[in-house]
Amino acid sequence: MAEIRVNHLKKNFGDFVAVRDSSFTVKDGEFFCLLGPSGCGKTTTLRMIAGLELPTDGEILLGGDDVTFRRASERDIAFVFQLFALYPHMNVRANIGFPLKCDGLSSSEIRRRVEETAQILRITDLLDKPVSGLSGGDRQRVALGRAIVRKPKAFLMDEPLGALDSEFRHVMCGELRALHNRLKATTVYVTHDQLEAMSMADTIAVMNNGLIEQLGSPREIYDRPASLFVADFIGSPSMNFLDTHAALASGASELAIDGTKIGIPAMRVSVSESDLVLGVRPEHVSLSDQSTLRGEVFGVEYLGTTQIVTVTTKRGMVRARISADMKASLGEHVGLSFRPEKLSVFDKSSGRVLKSALHEGGVHG
Amino acid sequence: MSARSSTAHSVVEPSSTSKLVASVLVVVYALVTMIPLFWIVVTSLKSPPDSISYPPKIVFTPTIEGYCNLFTNQTRQTPEFLATLPPATTACEKVTRERNMVIVGPSNFTKRFFNSLVIAFGSTALSVFLGTIAAYGFSRFKVPLKDDLLFFILSTRMMPPIAVAIPIYLMYRELGLSDTKIGMILLYTAVNVSLAVWLLKGFIDEIPREYEEAAMIDGYTRLQAFRKVVLPQATTGIVATAIFCMIFAWNEYAFAVLLTSGDAQPAPPFIPTIIGEGGMDWPAVGAGTTLFLIPILVFTILLRKHLLRGITFGAVRK
Repeated sequence: MAEIRVNHLKKNFGDFVAVRDSSFTVKDGEFFCLLGPSGCGKTTTLRMIAGLELPTDGEILLGGDDVTFRRASERDIAFVFQLFALYPHMNVRANIGFPLKCDGLSSSEIRRRVEETAQILRITDLLDKPVSGLSGGDRQRVALGRAIVRKPKAFLMDEPLGALDSEFRHVMCGELRALHNRLKATTVYVTHDQLEAMSMADTIAVMNNGLIEQLGSPREIYDRPASLFVADFIGSPSMNFLDTHAALASGASELAIDGTKIGIPAMRVSVSESDLVLGVRPEHVSLSDQSTLRGEVFGVEYLGTTQIVTVTTKRGMVRARISADMKASLGEHVGLSFRPEKLSVFDKSSGRVLKSALHEGGVHG
Repeated sequence: MSARSSTAHSVVEPSSTSKLVASVLVVVYALVTMIPLFWIVVTSLKSPPDSISYPPKIVFTPTIEGYCNLFTNQTRQTPEFLATLPPATTACEKVTRERNMVIVGPSNFTKRFFNSLVIAFGSTALSVFLGTIAAYGFSRFKVPLKDDLLFFILSTRMMPPIAVAIPIYLMYRELGLSDTKIGMILLYTAVNVSLAVWLLKGFIDEIPREYEEAAMIDGYTRLQAFRKVVLPQATTGIVATAIFCMIFAWNEYAFAVLLTSGDAQPAPPFIPTIIGEGGMDWPAVGAGTTLFLIPILVFTILLRKHLLRGITFGAVRK
C-alpha cells in the first residue's frame, strides 16, 4: 500500500478544461472520495492516477515514485469500473485470476490466491460460473476480487456502485467499507452520490468545474462548507440560502434579513457592504411563534422520525427538518428561528464562505 | 385504433392471420429463389439432349454424364477404334464410350476451382485482418480527420467496382498482376476492405473500452489486450464480415473475366465457357455450378449462428 500525491494536476481535452489545478494527498490506507456532479473532472482525475489518461500538466506520485507518464500496467494499481468490465468470455475464476496471469504467476499460485480472495468476498461458490449469469452485486464482488487479488499499491474505483439499484447499493457500501477496514488499502473512490461518499470516506474532495472546492472529512464538509456549491451539493434536502445585502465587521454576531436580526457565529473577517448569503441547514431551522421572520407553510413531507416543512418567506422557500411530533398544517403562518452557532455566511459574488467562529475547532456535533 | 394495433416496436404477439400471411409469403419467396437452384441441380443430372429438349423434361433418367464432361476432356473416335480399346473400367468411361467418345485427360475445372478457393479465402482473410485493425484504430483512437477518412473509405463503394475496370486492367498489365492469383486477391481485398472497416467498426464500438483498460491496468500491453480481450468479443462481427467478404469474392465475375484468362482464372468465368459437342454443354455447366455452390453453402451453414447475430447487430441492446 502506498500514499498517492497529486500536484497541480491539469487536463485539457482540446479547448475543454476537464481538470483545472488539483492538488491533494491520499494518505497510506486512507479511503479518499472524489465527489461531484457529472462533468466536474473527478473521473478524469482518477483516470490520470490510473494511467488511462495522461495529464496536460502536473505530477502524480505513487508511494514516492513519479508515475505521471508511466504506463497503467507499470503503476501497480487496481481499477474497478462502473460497468465492472468483467471479461464476458471468461468464468469468474478466470476473471479474478486474470491480473495474476498477466503477471506470469504459476497456475497453482493463481489458484491459491483466487480462492483466498473468493473467501474474503464470500463468492467461493460462484468461482466456476460464467459471469454473464451473475446478479449485479455478485458482478461487483467479482470486480472487487479482480482488484484485490493482486494486492496492489492502491485501489481506484470509478462509481463502482452506480450500476446497482439503490437498496443494494446501501448493502455494498457497508461491505466496501468493511473490506477497507480489513485490508487497509489506499483507496480513491469516485462518486456523485453524497450518501456513498459520506458513509464510506475518511476524506472527501468535493469537485466542481475541474476544481476541488473543498477537501475534508465528511463531518467538516457537512458542518463547515467552504463554498455555496459545497453547501448546496451536500445534504438532502440541501441547505437553505437567504440572500441579503449588508456589511459585516469582524466580531459581528448578527446579520439582518428583512429587518429581522439573526444571530450568527462571530465573524473573523470584515466585509464592506455587499451581497451576502446566509446558509442554514434544514435541521437548524425551528418553527417559533416569537420570531419576526415569518412565512406560510407550503408543504409538509412526513418522513417517520422527522418531517420536512417547507415555508415560503419573502426571501424564498425555507425547508425545516423538525420532529415528526410537531404539528404543522398547510397555509399556517409560522415564525422561523435558526441555531446561530451553526450558520454559515457566504460572499455571493465569490461563492466562498466568510470565516467565522464556526471554522474554529470544537464546534462539532 | 384498437388496443391491439401494433407498430414496428410493438411487443404484441402477432395474430394468427398475420402469421399465416407471413408464412405464405416466406414460402413463396423461398420457392421463387430456389427454383433456379433446383433447375441447375436437375440440369446437371440430365443428358445433353434432355437438357435442351422442349418442352423441358421434368421426368428423365439421371446420368452422371454432365459431371464426367465437366472433369474430363474427350474426343470423338470411330467405332472401329473404340473396339480396339480395353473395356471401360470407370462409370465415366462407360458413359463416354456410349457416345463414341474417349476420355483424353482431365479438364481444367479442378484447377479453376482451386483458384477460386485460394482467391476467395485469401482475399477474405486479408480484408478481415486489415478491416479489424483499421476498425479498432478508428473506434479507439483520436485519428486526425477520422470522419473524412471513414467517408473516403466508404466512398470507394459508391460506384460499381466495374466502373474502374479499364484503369485497373491497364495498371495490372503494367505491374504484371494480370492473370495472377495475388492480383485477384489484392483486387477483391481492395473492394471488401471498406465494407469490413465499416461493419467491424460498428461491432468494436459496441465493446466497452473498459475491458481493454482493465486488461491494460492488469498488466497487458494494448496489443495483448486487443488480442486477448477485444478479439474474442468481436468474433461475431468478424465472422459476419468474413461471410459477406467471402460471398463477394467467391461470386465475382466481371473482374475475373477481364483480368484472368489462364493460370489464375477462377471458376465463375470458366464454367460458362464449357463447350460440348455442337454447342453449350448445359449438364456440364449445371454440374460445375452445383459444385461451385457447395463451399459457400458449407461456409455459411457453419457460421450461420454468427451471421444472424451479425446482420441484426445493434438492433437489440444486450
